[in-house]
Amino acid sequence: MKVELSGILRGAARGASFVELEGQTIKALMEDLLRQYPDMAGPMDEGIAVAINGEIFRDGWQQSIPKDAEIYLLPRLQGG
Amino acid sequence: MPLDTSYTDQPFHRVGQRVNRPDGLDKVTGRAKYGADMNAAGQLVGKILRSPHAHAEIKKIDTSKAEKLPGVKAVVTAADFPDLTGGDRGMLDILENCMARGRALYDGHAVAAVAAVDEATARQALKLIKVQYKKLPHVTDVDEAMKPKAPVVQDWIRTRGVNPAPTAASNVHQRSEFGHGDLDAGFAEADVIVEKSYKTEQTHQGYIEPHACLATLGPDGVGDLWVTTQGHFTFRNVCASLLGLDVAKLKVTSSEIGGGFGGKTHVWMEPVALQLSRKANRPVKLVLSREETFRATGPTSSTSMDIKIGATKDGRITAASAELRYQCGAFPGIWGMLGAMTAWACYDLKNVKAVGYDVLCNRPKVAAYRAPSAPMAAFGVESTMDLLAAELGMDALELRIKNAAKEGTRASYGPVYGPIGIGPTLDAVKNHPHMKKRLGKNQGRGVACGFWFNFGGQTCTDLNVSVDGTVNLTVGTVDVGGSRASLALIAAEELGIPYEQVRVQVGDTASLGHNDTTEGSRGTFSSGMATIFAARNAIAVLRERAAMMLDVPVDQVVWEDGAARATGKKNSNLPQLTLKEIAGKSPTTGGPIAGHNEVVADGAGVSFASHICDVEVDPDTGATKILRYTVVQDAGKAIHPDYVEGQFQGGAAQGIGWALNEEYIYGADGKLQNPGFLDYRIPVCSDLPFIDTEILEIPNPNHPYGVRGVGETSIVPPLAAIGNAVSNAVGVRMTHVPMSPPRILAALDGAKD
Repeated sequence: MKVELSGILRGAARGASFVELEGQTIKALMEDLLRQYPDMAGPMDEGIAVAINGEIFRDGWQQSIPKDAEIYLLPRLQGG
Repeated sequence: MPLDTSYTDQPFHRVGQRVNRPDGLDKVTGRAKYGADMNAAGQLVGKILRSPHAHAEIKKIDTSKAEKLPGVKAVVTAADFPDLTGGDRGMLDILENCMARGRALYDGHAVAAVAAVDEATARQALKLIKVQYKKLPHVTDVDEAMKPKAPVVQDWIRTRGVNPAPTAASNVHQRSEFGHGDLDAGFAEADVIVEKSYKTEQTHQGYIEPHACLATLGPDGVGDLWVTTQGHFTFRNVCASLLGLDVAKLKVTSSEIGGGFGGKTHVWMEPVALQLSRKANRPVKLVLSREETFRATGPTSSTSMDIKIGATKDGRITAASAELRYQCGAFPGIWGMLGAMTAWACYDLKNVKAVGYDVLCNRPKVAAYRAPSAPMAAFGVESTMDLLAAELGMDALELRIKNAAKEGTRASYGPVYGPIGIGPTLDAVKNHPHMKKRLGKNQGRGVACGFWFNFGGQTCTDLNVSVDGTVNLTVGTVDVGGSRASLALIAAEELGIPYEQVRVQVGDTASLGHNDTTEGSRGTFSSGMATIFAARNAIAVLRERAAMMLDVPVDQVVWEDGAARATGKKNSNLPQLTLKEIAGKSPTTGGPIAGHNEVVADGAGVSFASHICDVEVDPDTGATKILRYTVVQDAGKAIHPDYVEGQFQGGAAQGIGWALNEEYIYGADGKLQNPGFLDYRIPVCSDLPFIDTEILEIPNPNHPYGVRGVGETSIVPPLAAIGNAVSNAVGVRMTHVPMSPPRILAALDGAKD
């Protein structure tokens, strides 16, 4: 599936604005991301949030990904 | 298997009521225990020696005289904090901020600390520590820090997010770009283009309670930490990691908190207190002064930004861009990135770009401040929206309504929005009586929008039913804004019992599984979610016990309004059993009745607000009076409306201070000139009108009750709303926050030239 990358994450994917990944959960998606783009290890350590159809998931890696969902990877957020 | 957290549109019987706050009595009688209120037998007084220089090499520290002073039990320097971080640069930054390692990076950076039998001895000991400094060039302004020849704050920084990757050090930690579409084509399509540059100054969260803790750590590596914090589990993990402790052997208890607003999400001095305690083998109490709190704990970024918007004659925005430069203190941060993510989030834009720079300066490490980074970006964007409206000859509110994001809009930070509330907040503003109030001489009105993400996180709660039917709910999120009342309402709602029958407490780190820090407006959202499921688990146990008492199968027992009832015709003669009756029999029906839940609460739902502000500016003095202020915000579902309104009002009040007065002022020597509330002026009651609120409830589809976080978004629009109001009042566009009297007078003088 097409997974869009934002901001600082593009650098770790050799400048790509999106990547093609396989996975039915966020966990599987992250594993495939790391397999294809080892440079993602750094951003992943700092935290990556996953937007599935606009809803942002920071930690729930068990979250399933619906078919044809829009997936967007964002840097992990901090709040006050 | 993840829990089903979907919104269910259930009717409420207790949620939504304005019940009394459970902590009120303790707080008004002085019984509540804050960070500095805990004591231990044999405790010592901790004090920190801080750098008087903005940037200096520490050539030598001689602590020998201090150590010999009678009553001094421990002295620590960087030598007492070996690097145990295993190459984790982020953790090393925290350690280095707690205690300078070879270089003092800002005025107020800790260089040594003592523990002594009393305050006077500790102060005397600090004077006996001799530090030999070699002053280095410094930089405190974000634009100056980006220049090629600027003094470099951290020589290991290589700018991330640029191609090719630089080989030389600079102060630019990272460049983050967000957006979509074709900016050039969008601007080419525009009939009108407006560009403006803005600056905002550094502000502190201004929590009334300074940082304070009581640390006990023995040579066996077992310790306790009582501390004012927004995240005692995070503090435990960080302190244990930095000091080489087993996580479970350090118990951290969060005190009552006298304000945090993001500033107490970070570890600032707690490892120092623990290390002093370990070295002295006695408890150490460390309480920062107000001056230390200003000089050495995290304020928000100062910023500099360039905003550009293009639109057609009919007010449709064709392109929008922002370059945002955020000062992040002496250590890397993500503040410019967050500014870039939030800047354009209120609008439906085909062609949009936001670039954020995180820039190091010789200032204290920047921390989150309520929707971190969003208020400054909103100031630039929303001020430029007003300028654009003026150029178009269009009402500024109508321009916002016309371009507002909606369900299906691609957010400027990437994803496509689900159901969101920016349109409804703007419509509510349009129809609000405030907008119809006539303005007088020297008065102006401003409107502005704001956005914040909100988030959830790891959460764990325990619900225990006592034998008399009262309920204890233990949560791991700190009550920074009234969550105990809201969570008691939620537990009461689920169990079907009175609110007064539930007592909520914040558990220490030994009582519950990990809870993420209370940030991102997550307290009521995530602990509320965990409370719902913990209560439902307890209800399952209550039904089992009732089935046993009634001698019927459990699948024939339902839970309705606080009681178990056996269903079916043949059970119609059986009595209902209340929670109290079932609890009373619990010792002989299986023992304690409890419900537990651990959850990663995600899908927090983004939040929008729109504010209206009326001001009057005295053209002779430049002083601004806030005449009227209205906050309209989407809360998803207001569990306790008083607290939701309080969050709206609090954010607005802090924003008013930020917009009009608050400012870190550095001298040419790089020293902070105003580290106290006399010279750093936060608003007091007499500065503020009653802040009116309107709660919108657009349910979050990812929470059973529809809850969205409410604690942060309300600070996003004020800088811009007040900026627009002041600009309209004086007839000159204000571009520099705070809009203090001298700045307003200078702007008026400038307009005359």
